[in-house]
Amino acid sequence: MQRNPQLNANGELQHLLSIEGLPREILLQILDTAESFAGVTEREVKKVPLLRGKSVFNLFFEPSTRTRTTFEIAAKRLSADVINLNIAVSSATKGESLLDTVANLSAMQADIFVVRHASSGAPFLIARHVKPHEHVVNAGDGRHAHPTQGLLDLYTIRHYKKDFTRLVVAVVGDVLHSRVARSLIHGLTTLGVPEVRVIGPQTLMPLGVEGLGVRVFNDMRAGLKDCDVVVMLRLQNERMRGALLPSAQEFFKHYGLTEDKLAAARNDAIVMHPGPMNRGVEIDSTVADGPHSVILPQVTFGIAVRMAVMSIVAGN
Amino acid sequence: MKLPDAEALCQQLAAELRPRIGPKSAMVGLYTGGAWLAERLHAMLGLRTPLALMDIAFYRDDYAARGLKHDPKRTKIPFDVNGAELLLVDDVLYSGRTVRAAMNELFDYGRPASIALVVLADRGGRQLPICAQHVGARVEVPAGMRLTLQRADNGTLALVLESERAA
Amino acid sequence: MRIHIRNARVVDPASGGDAVGDLYVADGRIAEEFARPDRVIDAKGLVLAPGFVDLAARLREPGFEYKATLESELDAALAGGVTSLACPPDTDPPLDEPGLVDMLRRRARALSRARVHPIGALTLKLEGQALTEMGQLTDAGCVAFSQGNAAMPDSQVLWRALQYASTFGYKVWLRAEDPALAKGGVAHDGEMATRLGLPGIPSFAETIALGTLIELVRATGARVHVCRLSSAGAVELVRRAKAEKLPLTCDVAIHHLHLSEMDLGYFDSQCRLEPPLRSQRDRDALARAAAEGVVDCLVSDHTPVDEDGKHLPFAEAEPGATGLELLLPLALKWGEAHKLPLAATLARITTEPAKILGLEASRLAVGAPADLALFDPRAAFRVAPQTLKSQGKNTPFLGYELAGRVRYTLVAGNVVYEA
Repeated sequence: MQRNPQLNANGELQHLLSIEGLPREILLQILDTAESFAGVTEREVKKVPLLRGKSVFNLFFEPSTRTRTTFEIAAKRLSADVINLNIAVSSATKGESLLDTVANLSAMQADIFVVRHASSGAPFLIARHVKPHEHVVNAGDGRHAHPTQGLLDLYTIRHYKKDFTRLVVAVVGDVLHSRVARSLIHGLTTLGVPEVRVIGPQTLMPLGVEGLGVRVFNDMRAGLKDCDVVVMLRLQNERMRGALLPSAQEFFKHYGLTEDKLAAARNDAIVMHPGPMNRGVEIDSTVADGPHSVILPQVTFGIAVRMAVMSIVAGN
Repeated sequence: MKLPDAEALCQQLAAELRPRIGPKSAMVGLYTGGAWLAERLHAMLGLRTPLALMDIAFYRDDYAARGLKHDPKRTKIPFDVNGAELLLVDDVLYSGRTVRAAMNELFDYGRPASIALVVLADRGGRQLPICAQHVGARVEVPAGMRLTLQRADNGTLALVLESERAA
Repeated sequence: MRIHIRNARVVDPASGGDAVGDLYVADGRIAEEFARPDRVIDAKGLVLAPGFVDLAARLREPGFEYKATLESELDAALAGGVTSLACPPDTDPPLDEPGLVDMLRRRARALSRARVHPIGALTLKLEGQALTEMGQLTDAGCVAFSQGNAAMPDSQVLWRALQYASTFGYKVWLRAEDPALAKGGVAHDGEMATRLGLPGIPSFAETIALGTLIELVRATGARVHVCRLSSAGAVELVRRAKAEKLPLTCDVAIHHLHLSEMDLGYFDSQCRLEPPLRSQRDRDALARAAAEGVVDCLVSDHTPVDEDGKHLPFAEAEPGATGLELLLPLALKWGEAHKLPLAATLARITTEPAKILGLEASRLAVGAPADLALFDPRAAFRVAPQTLKSQGKNTPFLGYELAGRVRYTLVAGNVVYEA
């Protein structure tokens, strides 16, 4: 079996492709480093010189403003130069292959490729073909992984709850199509969360999801009982097609997070969402804006986490 | 070889610094040895401005070769650097690169009125034009060895020699 | 040419014979002993068996010549000891016209390498709507009719196609896969696909389609060969159908005897195959079923894919693996794992597929055509692009050490390959 392509021969992180397969120590290293970056935004000069002179190429084959912007901010806070590539309107539509696109950019002295792609596994393919000093950070590939989101979710949970080993965490919604869910689940199980639950209808649960180390609930109230952390997943409009769900309203009825359903969780439970939210579909506005919600802090933490990831891989 | 008593050097430095403390004085200690020393001096000198502790991990000049050091601490500067008369405190002065990194980081917080360097031990071997205004003692360190500050459980400080290869 | 093969370990799957001896070849057939041969082959340490018969090898002509050509792939066949092969109709254009079939046969015959038996398209353009002129295609040389890997969504058309084929005794070779349940899927719907975030094809896509197919065989009496079983469930359905004495046979691709979903690793596109590699339980059930004879034969499912086709994210990569030169070593590995006598192992790639093709049974008896393979079962080699003659270097076994190398291949009494 091949070595985990994310780790170099010394077991250090050279690419961040997926949380699955990363040892605990590396996850903790990232979270701890992110913490030390958290203060940078409060200073007059909101930058550190770590990646000065380095180039970060944002290769987004799937459009995204939010994630791309946070990566850009994070890279600039590290003093890196950032180049954004809007692939949708460039070479890929002219039929240039993924690897050719990367090879051309590599010829322009890239140091870090931040890649988002619709096909699961694309960043692994890229990582197999880049030069030794080039690093790949996965910003989301198909349904497979969104490791920086998973890490910022872990960071958020640690920030509010401190000890992973005493928590009950529930992930609610379209787990079948969610790279955010997969990454978070791997992170939670690696860091020793004793009970990870997934809540949703059978149509939105992948076959054999228990194999990831989770308990499946189809009833939301039963699933939320005594939870410390509730993570709501985004439900995309396309999921209404293909006979997965009859309508957004029906989904909200059974699985939308309302104050009433949240009451089943613990009093001090926190509510998270990777964003952007569909108010009235997966979450009610009173909850989204309410005292349990930590959705906005998640975004801030996201910058520190991405700074940590880029500065760790670029140094290895 | 016999190393000087760190506790005694501490007392000596505090005595030396006492006359130059003013209303704009503030202290910054560098993790980890410098932070312990600064905590001690800050208490002894009764400084009104709270103590700042700094990690230079993101300003080191050897990132390209060594990557990011594990377990960086979080720099906390609980006062306005602009116009402050800073006392930068570290345990051992050697090549001078740590001090350069510390100064680069301080200037990202603001423009101090002055910076004076306070070190417990100066072992020579400078690679940059840096010098300390207040030195506890000059110490000769044999080749292949490293001079570090240790803190016992009861808080007592001591200078020790370690082999370079010790992690 | 009159050839005397000396001191070979002669293994004859038809009779079960396995003994050291000599064999004589004259006028294209196996002959009685004679003096003064034109050539003597000293086969000490080698196994002499009938040439292998591969029921699924894509030669990529017509239409895909940039991936491979008849020459390169027939060379690969001979290097693999394959003397007769059947090629699926999913060429471009598909083999749905007598003229195309005729041209293919002529090209192949002119090259004088392995014998090529084209499988004709069951429906026009393989679209699953209109029947092809099976009579004319049979006259042109088709030995059976198939959809290749193309779907057959309309079960009414499937029923009619089987009725028509049954009327004239034509054989139909089909993969069992429900196109709606398989839609969008690229891997086995199970633990690995869930981890890797790949759209999955559930096992019941195969068993549901197979159930339908078996029911239609009952109703029409058509002789059906089920191609490329992939699941334990399918094995059970075939077992019951055979117990009922339905005219059903089946094959498994050699990859599915050895590999499972776990081999996908970090999105290795060499493991992107149709049907997908399923669970270890499925793999073990297929391997046992082949040992028991519920699965009649093993095929290479040879599908050369160029590098560009594989250097893509898993779901976008072209499915298929090269296999003609790995059929023997992988069959031997399987046979050894199941402690089968060599004759029984080789039966799965000689006599059994020959029966399904309707060839003069591959046997080592005087008068039989001299299609022979002489191989060293112990010769080890590393699977690498340089060691493969096929233009397709795409295989999940790259880097593996395998044993079983062909030294001589004879077709119609001529030595057409020697290493």
